[in-house]
Amino acid sequence: MTQSEKPSSESHSQSSLQNIWQAITRAVLVPVLAVFTALIINAIIIRVSGGDPILAYLGLWEGAFGSPKAISETLVWSTPYIFAGLSVALAFKGGLFNIGAEGQLSFGALISAWIGFALPKLLGTSLPWILHLPLALFGGIFAGALWGAIPGWLKARTGGHEVINTIMMNYIAVLLTSFLLNGPLKDPNPFNVIARTPEIAESARLTPLIEGFRVHWGIVIALLIAFAVWWFLWKTTLGFEIRTVGANPDAAKYAGISVSRIIVLTMSLAGGLAGMAGAIEVIALNHRQELGFSVGYGFDAIAIALLGRSHPFGVVLAAILFGAMRSGATRMQFLTQIPVDIISVVQALILLLVAAEEIVRFIYRIKAPKETVVLTRGWGG
Amino acid sequence: MASQTSTAGNRLRSILRVADLGRFGMIILLIIVLMGVVALVGAKENRVEVILASFLATLFSVATPLTLGALSGIYCERAGVVNIAIEGMMLGAAFFGFIASIYLKQAGLPDQMSLWLGVAAAVLTGALFALLHAVLSITFKVDQIISGTVINILAIGITGYLNRQLFFQGNVPHAPGVLPVIHIPFLADLPVFGKIFQQQPVAVAAVLLVAITHFVLFYTPWGLHTRAVGEHPKAADTVGINVYFVRYANVLIGGMIAGLGGAYFTLESVPSFEPLMTNGRGFISLAAMIFGNWSPFGAWAATLLFGAAQALQINLQYYSTSIPEGLDFLKKSQIVGMIPYILTMFALTGIVGRTTPPVADGQPYEK
Repeated sequence: MTQSEKPSSESHSQSSLQNIWQAITRAVLVPVLAVFTALIINAIIIRVSGGDPILAYLGLWEGAFGSPKAISETLVWSTPYIFAGLSVALAFKGGLFNIGAEGQLSFGALISAWIGFALPKLLGTSLPWILHLPLALFGGIFAGALWGAIPGWLKARTGGHEVINTIMMNYIAVLLTSFLLNGPLKDPNPFNVIARTPEIAESARLTPLIEGFRVHWGIVIALLIAFAVWWFLWKTTLGFEIRTVGANPDAAKYAGISVSRIIVLTMSLAGGLAGMAGAIEVIALNHRQELGFSVGYGFDAIAIALLGRSHPFGVVLAAILFGAMRSGATRMQFLTQIPVDIISVVQALILLLVAAEEIVRFIYRIKAPKETVVLTRGWGG
Repeated sequence: MASQTSTAGNRLRSILRVADLGRFGMIILLIIVLMGVVALVGAKENRVEVILASFLATLFSVATPLTLGALSGIYCERAGVVNIAIEGMMLGAAFFGFIASIYLKQAGLPDQMSLWLGVAAAVLTGALFALLHAVLSITFKVDQIISGTVINILAIGITGYLNRQLFFQGNVPHAPGVLPVIHIPFLADLPVFGKIFQQQPVAVAAVLLVAITHFVLFYTPWGLHTRAVGEHPKAADTVGINVYFVRYANVLIGGMIAGLGGAYFTLESVPSFEPLMTNGRGFISLAAMIFGNWSPFGAWAATLLFGAAQALQINLQYYSTSIPEGLDFLKKSQIVGMIPYILTMFALTGIVGRTTPPVADGQPYEK
């Protein structure tokens, strides 16, 4: 969707600055208007179902940015959203639709938690954090990558569509997690009745960023990874190959790119990013894996990737917006008794308006850009 | 005379091709294997024919939403519109059908009538979601998979929000129960196996709709137009078929059928609604549609296989005390529960015969 402008014939620095400015407003205008319109429609829904939209939005703002603690919570929510959004966005760039971030994330979290609590017991000794922490993190990343690579491999090898296969992997991940957390990996503490793992060892934990707040180093890692994904996609040969396969697989094939290899690689990287989201939730925040903790991240990640127009920097902004809504929703519910679920409605509306830009363009009379980019392909592709 | 026999021969051949013997053979074989497992496990507690009859009765019941979902997909995709929103349409229909039935009962209507009007509300909900899908993907030419995902997320959001808003503040009205069982004349009176033919109305409608869809698609002008629009819209347009109209109509028909599938969850199976209760059935039915090569009977056979996998899970839970030593994994509902999802992925590999989608499937039409 974010195809940057072709360089125009005149190459004065001033006009190129102007071009950049135009490109930025063009890229940002429609998403911003989509969010704005969605909030207005949502206000109508709140009003009709018997709530006070102004009070609701004030509560939402207060809960998201009203105090240092609120900002910390917003960032805590945004962290997994950035990773998961990058996961979906990266797959979009490769012409693949990763609906499986949910499963990759929860499988990554599971393996990360397992390494965190079981490894010292298996080895019979405590590990130094410099070894244990990276092991837990990378274990989660690899687990997510594996969960993404399976549908990728099936797509490359048999043509089985990744949309259905990633969804199936989500359900399998839920059942597998449920089985393990109720059985072999369940916290053996006799007082524990919840399907969850024991707490991970101190040596596998990521510390808070600021003492007294829940915000942790994960947000810094997330921003660095967002930059790394941008650099990878636009500054390396492999990234170029991924974007080429995404834009036109036939052309990529003629150019000598192994399309199947790129598909498997793209899905593994996407899975790895989602796995990292899960791993960091475990090592920095929850310190264990609990059944049902990740419900909804996968679909939110799709909305974030589309709102961020599959660009890493756009994803960061969209993830912070979604994190703010999640974090503010609790305060809103406290003030107005409107269920937090209304946030899902806003998100769906935003997604609807971003996906169907034509509606936004129609409302605000904005001219369409000349080029569009194919995001996904039908069953045959 | 000679030409007549050759047409008959052609017809036979085309029926065989549609039937795709290898695939059907594998489906039947797998269903028999799954039935065998249940029969072996349950043999200690019950007579084998009783077990098989109850297995098949469960199979036809649980396959219902899958069958309807697959038919919904067939109408849409035969007309060239990919519909991955079946899941969301079913979830929304399950919710609004349920809501309609309980409020109509509360308004003083008799139980039966509120249930039937609930089914109507579910069908209407499916149609409304389908209208959104049609507007987005046919008129606005939004990527059809994105449009479907939008509807799925919207359905989760709206049903989750309203479910909590309406039911978590006390005063939950009573549900009018579930749809009555229909005894199919003669067959339902058979000893033991009669049980298979005692089904509820949505299940019966699903089977009838398989035959009706086959007839509509392959033996009526409407079906011909639908397939033409899905295979080669430009050519259809040149001979005077209104591509947009045919696509809109088929997406709406598909939505109504998915809505009927949604009614199964809250008006036929259990008299309650839970968030996310469709649990991926919409996506599995899409896989069944693909596995059945976009043909009603093929897709139906595939949904029966998925139904069998689910019936296996239900039956194993029922007979869990008789599961022999060493097969303990069969006691774990989560492990057995993975079978339909794994089967789905397996079906999509195309190992058992490649399938071909309608040529223009997923492509918006530009006049």
